[in-house]
Amino acid sequence: MTAQPRLAFEGVRKEFDVRGAGAGQRFVALEDFTLAVAPGELVTVVGPSGCGKSTLLDLVTGLSAPTAGRILLDGRPVTGPGLDRGIVFQQYALLPWRSAQGNVELGLEGRGLRRAERQRIAREHLALVGLEGFEQRYPHELSGGMKQRVAIARSLAFDPEVLLMDEPFAALDAQTREQLQDELLRIWRATGKTILFITHGIEEAVYLGQRIVVLTPRPGRVRDVIDVDLGDRTVGSSTDLRSDPRFVAYRHRVWDALHDRPAATTVSAGEVAAEKEVAHV
Amino acid sequence: MSSTLASRPPVVADEPAFADPPTLGRRSVFQSAAGGRSVRHALAVAGRASVAIVAFLALWEVAPRAGWVDPVFLPPFSTVARTFAELVADGTLVTHTTTSLARAGAGFAIALVIAVPLGLVIGSSSRVSSYLTPFFEIFRNTAALALLPVFILLLGIGETSKVAIVVYACFFPLLLSAILGVRTVDPLLVKSARSLGIGRVALFAKVVLPSAVPTVFTGIRMAATSSVLVLLAAEMVGAKAGLGYFITYTQFNFQIPEMYAGIVAIALVGLAVNAVLVSVERRLSRWRAA
Repeated sequence: MTAQPRLAFEGVRKEFDVRGAGAGQRFVALEDFTLAVAPGELVTVVGPSGCGKSTLLDLVTGLSAPTAGRILLDGRPVTGPGLDRGIVFQQYALLPWRSAQGNVELGLEGRGLRRAERQRIAREHLALVGLEGFEQRYPHELSGGMKQRVAIARSLAFDPEVLLMDEPFAALDAQTREQLQDELLRIWRATGKTILFITHGIEEAVYLGQRIVVLTPRPGRVRDVIDVDLGDRTVGSSTDLRSDPRFVAYRHRVWDALHDRPAATTVSAGEVAAEKEVAHV
Repeated sequence: MSSTLASRPPVVADEPAFADPPTLGRRSVFQSAAGGRSVRHALAVAGRASVAIVAFLALWEVAPRAGWVDPVFLPPFSTVARTFAELVADGTLVTHTTTSLARAGAGFAIALVIAVPLGLVIGSSSRVSSYLTPFFEIFRNTAALALLPVFILLLGIGETSKVAIVVYACFFPLLLSAILGVRTVDPLLVKSARSLGIGRVALFAKVVLPSAVPTVFTGIRMAATSSVLVLLAAEMVGAKAGLGYFITYTQFNFQIPEMYAGIVAIALVGLAVNAVLVSVERRLSRWRAA
């Protein structure tokens, strides 16, 4: 059966006024973005900086509205922020004056839950992300990886339909990043959440995604959508998936898609910078 | 200033969300001690902290006795200390200190309850604060003492003018720090809270207000310092009680040890006020990295 997608983008376009430029100057951040994400799917969106990844996220969050097109969550248009979507930011966005527990409770406070109930849910989710025993720590007492775990727990605690992740592991060191990628896959399997994961790392996109959406910059549009089939990837398997030939092939395909530019385009300074950012992955 | 704040870009690096107000290393001095080893550690800290003070007092004692300075104009510290003790015992210093503290406290409290809420409201709107902040900066940077003649002309030399000038001196540091505190809230925290569906009122209470506390406290400390300073000067010009009055009065009457005792009292008042504020600030910002 063809079920209704959990999250659907229909020809989404987003323009901004260019500050300082003459009237009528519009910057197109995102153009004709169409995508359907099935319930329980983990989709990664990869693209260089300037391809409208953050714009895309703001639109799904409901913090800004598309210039044209629609975003549907379970068939209903997104009109504003809501607890049916949880967001994990690159910079954690934890309240520094609240403990790990307090940060996780933040999203639960508007729901009319009893205090004891909030605390129970928060503790459960901190345990889910492997932070049992760290409930009373303040963010400054936690490492980057642990902060991001708290942020993930916070976004899961209010049980959203969709988890949106904006380059969540980009600020972490390589080892912590790989560790958290495995954690995320484990949590995804355990909770069955629909996840839209934005990244500029090709490997990360291939490693996590069931499908990879490749964006091109200025304006951001879909270059390619790649289905990833790497077999049964059980966490803890001894093989190094990243050196598997199939993984390498996917990696190369995404790389090709990212670098395939129209021949007439002159390379601007911004694109060179974008290329560098991709190249370091 | 306001323009740079208004166009503050979103936080890109993993930087702390708040500027650390100057605490001048006091945190480390007050770190709690437990067990015999840390008692010794605390003694060592106290020892290091008092070396310079003891040396200064020794110099003060020796210089007049050795004839380096005229002992009439600078009596030895022991003489001043004895006079200080006598003035405390007969209640003179207590009366003048309470008078001064009552005036400074009243002015400070009035400024606090008006300026901080007003600043929080103004800061909530980037448009309003960009219009008003430069205007308020003028007032903050106009030394309150320069306006003392104006206050005396308008309000006379009674209590009103003295409390009023303290209110003035405290008002603008408090107002501007409250505006700044709200304006410099990490936009990412606001964005993240909004994405959690938190409404405007809850956003203000749960995100904006707590993150403004450290900045507001910087303003509170500045205001408290200037309230004492400005009040003393006002008391020196025209008053019948208060530490400022006491110092000028004793100077005119050539009661030099008494004058120094008054000065010592002022120093102690300043230290006490600062210690109280530091402890309140620590209580309110326990979540911050030590």
